[in-house]
Amino acid sequence: MQYETIGAFGILIGIVVRFWPVWIALAIVVTFSLTFRKRLGLYGQLYGNRAGIAGLILCLFWLFTAVFASMIAPFEPLQQIAIMKDAPPGALDPDTGAVFLLGGDRLARDVFSRMVFGSQIVLVIAPAATLFALIVGTMLGLPAGYHGGRIDNILSFLANLVLAFPVILLFYLLVTPGVRETSIPQWLAGFFLIFPVIFFCTLFWTRYSSRPGLLAPLLVITFLLGGWLYAGLVFRADPLGLISLAPNELNIFVAVVFASSPGVFRIVRGLTMEIRTRDYVAAAQTRGERPWYIMLWEILPNARGPLIVDACLRVGYTTILLGTLGYFGLGLTPESPDWGTAIKESSRLLRAHVHPALPPVVALMSFVLGLNLLADALREQALKD
Amino acid sequence: MAGFIIRRLGTMALAMLCLSLAVFYLVDLEPNLKRLAISQLNMRSSTEELESWLQRNGYRQNFFVRYGQWLGVIPEQPRLDPATGKAMPRFSFCPEGGQAGYSGVLQGDFGCSTKFKVPVIRKLVPALKATGILMFWVMAVMVPASLFLGVLAGMREGSRTDRTLSAASITTAATPEYISGVLFTVVFASWLGWLNGSAASATNQGISFYNFTLPVITMALYGTGYIARMTRASMAEVMTQQYIRTARLKGLSFGAVVVRHALRNALITPFTVIMLQFPWLLTGVAVVEVMFRYQGFGFTLVEAAANNDIDLLLACSLISVFVVLSTQLVSDLGYALLNPRIRVQ
Repeated sequence: MQYETIGAFGILIGIVVRFWPVWIALAIVVTFSLTFRKRLGLYGQLYGNRAGIAGLILCLFWLFTAVFASMIAPFEPLQQIAIMKDAPPGALDPDTGAVFLLGGDRLARDVFSRMVFGSQIVLVIAPAATLFALIVGTMLGLPAGYHGGRIDNILSFLANLVLAFPVILLFYLLVTPGVRETSIPQWLAGFFLIFPVIFFCTLFWTRYSSRPGLLAPLLVITFLLGGWLYAGLVFRADPLGLISLAPNELNIFVAVVFASSPGVFRIVRGLTMEIRTRDYVAAAQTRGERPWYIMLWEILPNARGPLIVDACLRVGYTTILLGTLGYFGLGLTPESPDWGTAIKESSRLLRAHVHPALPPVVALMSFVLGLNLLADALREQALKD
Repeated sequence: MAGFIIRRLGTMALAMLCLSLAVFYLVDLEPNLKRLAISQLNMRSSTEELESWLQRNGYRQNFFVRYGQWLGVIPEQPRLDPATGKAMPRFSFCPEGGQAGYSGVLQGDFGCSTKFKVPVIRKLVPALKATGILMFWVMAVMVPASLFLGVLAGMREGSRTDRTLSAASITTAATPEYISGVLFTVVFASWLGWLNGSAASATNQGISFYNFTLPVITMALYGTGYIARMTRASMAEVMTQQYIRTARLKGLSFGAVVVRHALRNALITPFTVIMLQFPWLLTGVAVVEVMFRYQGFGFTLVEAAANNDIDLLLACSLISVFVVLSTQLVSDLGYALLNPRIRVQ
């Protein structure tokens, strides 16, 4: 069927205009950062580097897109307008005159809106899962690298076991409707959630145990936040209703944390083994500090450079993993607007229509590219110091 | 050296044992068994029928007994038809011994594939062969290309070539197979029409440039950028060494220095990196084979997992874990052999 279209130039203008909240937010952040560049530390230094600026802008662009998704997208992600089935980019709905900027897919949904809403799924799960993986990997990697010996052997063996598993197989075994019927995801989530709670408790305890006035509120806050997360994630009964993950999302979240924490473990272990031999660690040992104080307050801050770089790369890698999950139809529902599922849906029909495949492809690629550029710039800054 | 290899092989066997136990546990979850029973009977079977099928075929025995039977360390009793008293195989398409005895992985019996309705071995051997051909071509494209680009970029650090190639390799590192596959198919198959967007014909009619180029370049792209970056870093480091300066100062041309003095030292790291890429390559194989409909190992793995084909999935995971662990061993040994400064104890 023939559609009236607004032409290539019209599409370009239309997309730029629709992203207006993102441009405003970007302009505010960039102007602010450039003004106070000198006082912003490592973040400010990124603005002195072309790769750093490009990476930051790409990442912030998708971050703001996720935040303002409902303002940017002209349609709902599942809204179908039957006449626009497989419509080409820029097609006008003959009834209402609404524009499908990047065309319609085979179920007559707006490709542009779906791409915008897809960013929300990625930008919630990928950074959160990376954060959890970082904490789990750190909590296990520090003692393994610091003490060595049997604890190191056992933990390294376990980490290598998980790493020896091809990711795709791990996901096919862990992210299935069958697993979701059992309580394995809840158990795993409960297990992983222990680590942040222990991490912050040990962190505050080792430092402030002589100042109970400061320690007590910090511990109370930790337990409250931990309990809140537990209620929301593990028991699905958040009293405030803010944190809620559908069973399939929890399943994905847990599997991604499980797959990426051994990698963090290895890096933290290696860094700890190297830093353990430094003079300031020896000084702390001579002062009679406890092992966990040394690990968390002497070694960890000095390992932060490589860890930040790794975290950046890991968010990108997790995004790729989420795309793989979507591509194989694991965990996410078939109508979910996330980029991986969209790529799967459209790649089957490439012979007939190309346009629904390209937006999610470009979106995923540019976000991961932004993270990679950011990691590269951070690494360069770390080398300069 | 011999002690090191024996110890590593021991760890490898232990790891495979642990992992196969974990996989066995996961495929053996109650919902998965239900799905298997339904697929073997039919959708409308009652709960009792499903239960009796599972009971009859030994799925209700103790977990560890069944794991032992699968492994081949606990003898298996033949399943007798209660009506006739004769031996009856679990699946009609798959011959099973009528007498009691050991028949597990250790004896070379991988069981039956319920999805493809053949013994697992009959399905896996051709699939592995097909993937072997794919991997051969991927390696033949990826390794020379990435080493060449990496050496070219690392030779003169900070030059324009270096910066261009670095930008390119960062971009390919952001392009997983399911993205590059779509992009290549759009450009080369849909728009230009030069290549075939499906490798289905490669399985039965043999491979050709027309049907096999897209899967190969799709898979090679992601790894090329990564290995090129590693090679570049390693090359750049070697180029700052004293012996390179000495070679340059004694009057050798730049090309001779690069080829004769730098190259061999710079290639040690990429070698280990290539070997450690295998876990990720297996995921890539699955994506590419599904995308281009090529019936190899990755395709089989995905089909097995999607249809809860227990025996086939167990065999697939055993093979992939074996491949990953043995390439790790080769990487460690190769590193020691290539670098005379490293000794393994």
